[in-house]
Amino acid sequence: MITIVRHPIDHDAVLRAVSSHQAGAVLLFLGTTRQFTGEKETTALDYDCYEEMALKQMTRLAEQAKEKWQLQGVAMMHRVGHLELGEASVAIAVSSAHREAAFDAGKWLIDTLKEVVPIWKKENWSDGTTEWVHHGC
Amino acid sequence: MICSVKLFAMAQQRTGQQEIKVTVESPATVDNLKTAISVQFPELGDVLPHCMVAVNTEYASPADPITESDEIAIIPPVSGG
Repeated sequence: MITIVRHPIDHDAVLRAVSSHQAGAVLLFLGTTRQFTGEKETTALDYDCYEEMALKQMTRLAEQAKEKWQLQGVAMMHRVGHLELGEASVAIAVSSAHREAAFDAGKWLIDTLKEVVPIWKKENWSDGTTEWVHHGC
Repeated sequence: MICSVKLFAMAQQRTGQQEIKVTVESPATVDNLKTAISVQFPELGDVLPHCMVAVNTEYASPADPITESDEIAIIPPVSGG
């Protein structure tokens, strides 16, 4: 399951997608909306994406991880649109025969997603201003 | 030739447009296109050097060729997750 959604993330569905009797480990990562970044306070986030390219990139990452760590299953769900504090913006689940591969693959998948997948977040700060997050710009 | 270029996030906000039309002399590369955009859409001038360009939903290199029929997008530094 590789998907981009505009509704709250159903992480049970993401977990079910990697269920396997060959797995001895199932790992779920959730990225959630954080209130404070340093001293700045977030009230909400808005996400934009280039959906066709994002899905293609996410599918490629899943295939690469599956091959490299011999995973039983990989599922990635990213939410776009408006998110309130504490809501999940991304869910990544992997299943593998042993836990080391699941932890390593899960970390690589979220780290790499954040580097290459064309999705962007806009901070809605508590002072009423908004700011697209483009590191380096 | 005239290329349609998709914009997202800050690039979309700066221009108020989801897609812009850019005039560029044919044959052209990704780099030529970025130069043309910075002239025709000066509001993107300071953002563009930090942006990647996607051609047909794949990241492209500065020397890669582009044509009018390609699907082209400006990809500002990503911040998903």
